Amino acid sequence: MRAGPPRPGSAPRSARGRALQALALQVLVALALAGLACLAVTNASEKLARQGITAGFGFLAQAAGFDIGQRLIPYAAATSTYLDAFWVGLLNTLLVSGLAIGLATLIGFAVGIARLSPNWLLRTLAATYVEALRNLPLLLQLLVWYVAVRVMLPEARDPAAWGGAYLSQRGLVLPRPEFVGAAWLVPAAFVAGLVGARAWMRRRARRDAAGAEPGPVAAPAPVLALGLPALALVLGLPALAWIGLGLAGHPVGIAWPSPGPFGPEGGLGILPEFAALLLGLSTYTAAFIAEIVRAGLNSVARGQGEAAAALGLSRAKTLRLVTIPQAMRVIVPPLTSQYLNVTKNSSLAVLIGYPDLVHVFMGTVLNQTNQAVEVVAITMAVYLTLSLGLAALMNAYNRRAAPVTR
Amino acid sequence: MTIVRETLLPPAPPPRRTGGPVGWLRTNLFSGPGNTLTTLVILAGLALLLPPVFRFLVTDAVWSGGAGEACRPEVAGRPVGACWAFIGAKINYLVYGSYPAAERWRPNLFFGLVALSAVWMLWLDAPRRGLGAVFVFLVGPLLSYGLLAGTPVLALAPVATSLWGGILVTLVVSLVGIVAALPLGILLALGRRSDLPVLRYACIGFIEFWRGVPLITVLFMANVMLPLFLPGDLTVDRLVRPLVGIALFASAYMAEVVRGGLQAIPAGQGRAALALGLTRVQALRLVILPQALKVVVPGIVNTLIGLFKDTTLVSIVGIADFIRVLEAARADPRWSAPTIPATAYAFAALFYLAVCFSMARYAAFIERRLAAGERGRA
Repeated sequence: MRAGPPRPGSAPRSARGRALQALALQVLVALALAGLACLAVTNASEKLARQGITAGFGFLAQAAGFDIGQRLIPYAAATSTYLDAFWVGLLNTLLVSGLAIGLATLIGFAVGIARLSPNWLLRTLAATYVEALRNLPLLLQLLVWYVAVRVMLPEARDPAAWGGAYLSQRGLVLPRPEFVGAAWLVPAAFVAGLVGARAWMRRRARRDAAGAEPGPVAAPAPVLALGLPALALVLGLPALAWIGLGLAGHPVGIAWPSPGPFGPEGGLGILPEFAALLLGLSTYTAAFIAEIVRAGLNSVARGQGEAAAALGLSRAKTLRLVTIPQAMRVIVPPLTSQYLNVTKNSSLAVLIGYPDLVHVFMGTVLNQTNQAVEVVAITMAVYLTLSLGLAALMNAYNRRAAPVTR
Repeated sequence: MTIVRETLLPPAPPPRRTGGPVGWLRTNLFSGPGNTLTTLVILAGLALLLPPVFRFLVTDAVWSGGAGEACRPEVAGRPVGACWAFIGAKINYLVYGSYPAAERWRPNLFFGLVALSAVWMLWLDAPRRGLGAVFVFLVGPLLSYGLLAGTPVLALAPVATSLWGGILVTLVVSLVGIVAALPLGILLALGRRSDLPVLRYACIGFIEFWRGVPLITVLFMANVMLPLFLPGDLTVDRLVRPLVGIALFASAYMAEVVRGGLQAIPAGQGRAALALGLTRVQALRLVILPQALKVVVPGIVNTLIGLFKDTTLVSIVGIADFIRVLEAARADPRWSAPTIPATAYAFAALFYLAVCFSMARYAAFIERRLAAGERGRA
């Protein structure tokens, strides 16, 4: 390894000596870590024993006895266990993260593309959005949505009404379709529509690529011609199923909310905490996604866009068919880490009281049971699983999408 | 088929002006029908949005008054915007928390020390930066602790950390995060690149663990589990618990930033240093780290921005940071008025925006300077 004359005082070491030294160092590190862990465990178990807390996961089967404001699965304070509460919290976390990821991606791509717009005003506006939202703490933004924006809404006694929906300080209340009997056919038709639309778009793209439809290159971009049938499939199939069920004598009922003395009653209620968290998370993350999208678009060689323009493609078509597909390779890895950040940041729900995993489990359950070690371990394990799982997916994508070097 | 034109084409009109204000407007705002429409829509939106914001912040704002009464529309007899009188009345609480009024010169001196350190570290051509690093990472923290918490030897009365609050605590939390995370992060990054498997996997496990969990769970964990792990009846100060959590959390992110810098240094640099007879430690200290750390200054500053924003989370575990004292001040019944929440958040937004935006500008400036250096070398 070392060339040149050995310095006086440090005898040249043999390869074997170095290997021994490395081994000794590693054993030392391992011993130190094990010792620390051992010390922590002994101290913790001694203190827990003194407080009369039995270690173990048995507490998960005990009755929870507290109510949760939003639940996606059946849950009742009297009969449900702490384990049920865990699932309710986890599902709430996944619900708000999933929706926020979708919304943030939409806003982020729009703002990122707007930052490269030829229009100076649009460009500047997008840059202002990014700089303002990126440089403010998410916690402050959540407070603004939850407190300052909410006080501007009408009070629950006198909500603003559009159609069958009511908006007030107590949240948004929507008409709720009642899925009983054969009504599952409607969402099934929606999924079938999605699948059909995707298959149709793919076939269409293949046909275009194969040149089966030679036409004038500079023909007006048929975005509508491409999008309309797909849209018709996605929306039309469920509508058909809805009407068909009505004709067959099993109409899908709708629970319409009605204004009551203390606020709207019935219907599908959306908690103000949920709305604030969703809006805050998505607008905040969108600022970061916009920067990622901009960097990705900038990474595509300028000649690609110029060549597309020379072929007569409109700006929208250039973006959709040439620039964005190539930029995705650069965009996807940081985008996934933003998605992960959304999931982790959704834990700020605890600030405004949205019943997510941290609020329900690390908050209420921890306070009621005092099983600190178990609760912290379970919660962290959930987030770690999500993180490492997504990281593994991302690595798989990276391997597939790695640029072919010539 | 021949394509030969027989008549002379009339000359095309000269291209439209692209210079001057008119040309600028034409290329940037009105280059086509779609573009013109966008411009008009945005202008209309701004015309609708900006005047109310300006009225709220400036024209309709209440600038003086001893109590919330002054900010109530029915008392003032006019629409009331931001209640800046509230911020004026609470400013000492927002900056120092409940720190004793007679001792406030100590936080002020601390702010001065912080400003000095910041200039010393951020001004890349400052004299004696090595000495500055020793000051920032060793002398400064000890001095600050003695100053803020009190040292009986120097006749500084002790001030319990439960009295600290506001911007002071926000600054303390972020600075502890920075000062602990940078050295720890460098060690972790080096460990992650080590040839020794035990060391490497220990570092990878540590880094990926903290990066995989939300900060709020880390803070909860520090709050409930740190006292459990300590022997006997040893307790941890309530302010120290989240500090430990934040330091560990930030060091994992810092490690990844530093690792990026280490990867950017060609392997030949280390080999050349060893060939010159430097020991591995010397090669690291004199050749590799100085270059690697220079490359990652923008990354470090960006991590600091994230850290500074993340310190707001300590308010959830009961530390009286800026956000928490702001919420407490907002709840004061003497200052109950409709626009108090909006005023408080506007003030907080201005504060965080000023700090984070200037740090972001600084990072961008360093990035440009480094890029210019690269071009000059090539």
